[in-house]
Amino acid sequence: MGRRKSLSRRLIGRYQRDLPLTPQPFAEMARACGSTEREVLDLLEELDADGTLSRVGAVIPPGVLGVSTLAALSVPERDLSDVAALVSSYPEVNHNYEREHALNLWFVAAAADRAALDRVLDDIRRRTGLAVIELPLERAYHVDLGFPPSWN
Amino acid sequence: MELSATDRRLLAQAAAGLPLTPRPFAAIGRAAGLTESEAIARLCALQSAGAVKRLGLIVRHHELGYRANAMVAWDIPDQAVDSIGARMAAFAFVTLCYRRRRAPPQWPYNLFAMIHGTDRAVVSGQIQRLNRELALEGAPCAVLFSRRRFKQRGARYADPEVTWTSSTAAS
Repeated sequence: MGRRKSLSRRLIGRYQRDLPLTPQPFAEMARACGSTEREVLDLLEELDADGTLSRVGAVIPPGVLGVSTLAALSVPERDLSDVAALVSSYPEVNHNYEREHALNLWFVAAAADRAALDRVLDDIRRRTGLAVIELPLERAYHVDLGFPPSWN
Repeated sequence: MELSATDRRLLAQAAAGLPLTPRPFAAIGRAAGLTESEAIARLCALQSAGAVKRLGLIVRHHELGYRANAMVAWDIPDQAVDSIGARMAAFAFVTLCYRRRRAPPQWPYNLFAMIHGTDRAVVSGQIQRLNRELALEGAPCAVLFSRRRFKQRGARYADPEVTWTSSTAAS
């Protein structure tokens, strides 16, 4: 296994949570993985560029910073790419997937408050002419804690 | 926990992503009006209080080898859904598990689980296992495998006081 691949596996295996809360977290991670701060930063830039890494950051539980909802639309197949692009264009939309169901486009939208969220959903309704079903969270049993690497 | 305006700015910065530079907490602290050591201390406190679920490398499952994912939803009676949801969340392959408001008639389901696996057959097997071990075979259920991913990134809570530091990583 190449050196970069091996370092990337070690970093992902170890630091999906508990990023060191120290002034130089990447140097600390490098020490723990037998690398250097420069090498770790370069590798993270590469993983960011190739899409593996969404970000080095925080997962905030729903409801802490604002309001959010899961929403779904039933989009005619021929319009799906266009409607998906329109939905993705809102900065408030953070996930947007095509799924196998009559309701075939699913997205999550988040905003600072209810009024701002309603504006986004109403805007999507108006611009697409489609019904947007809202499925707001009532209770979280489990929030994203990161993935065990599938190669293990 | 009551969050101050500064906490909210700091959390929004952390959620959007740290800059990949040697002193990332100095940078997000500055954007929130804090020194580096204040930012680190606040993040520690916010993590202990549960306002940060995790802080670290947030990777996209597909690129990590999880080629298939399904959102599975069941219609579970209100009096039973919390106990079943809590048990469902304990399965390692369940990455998210939520109760949501139903939207009948199009969407009668209230319990949601996100399941990731290396391929579709693996995910189907995991769903069967959930149904068997939680005795859900009789419950109305929908399995929605994903086809195209149009966008996947962290939430941005629009706030005029917050200056976003990282670009949208849509894919």
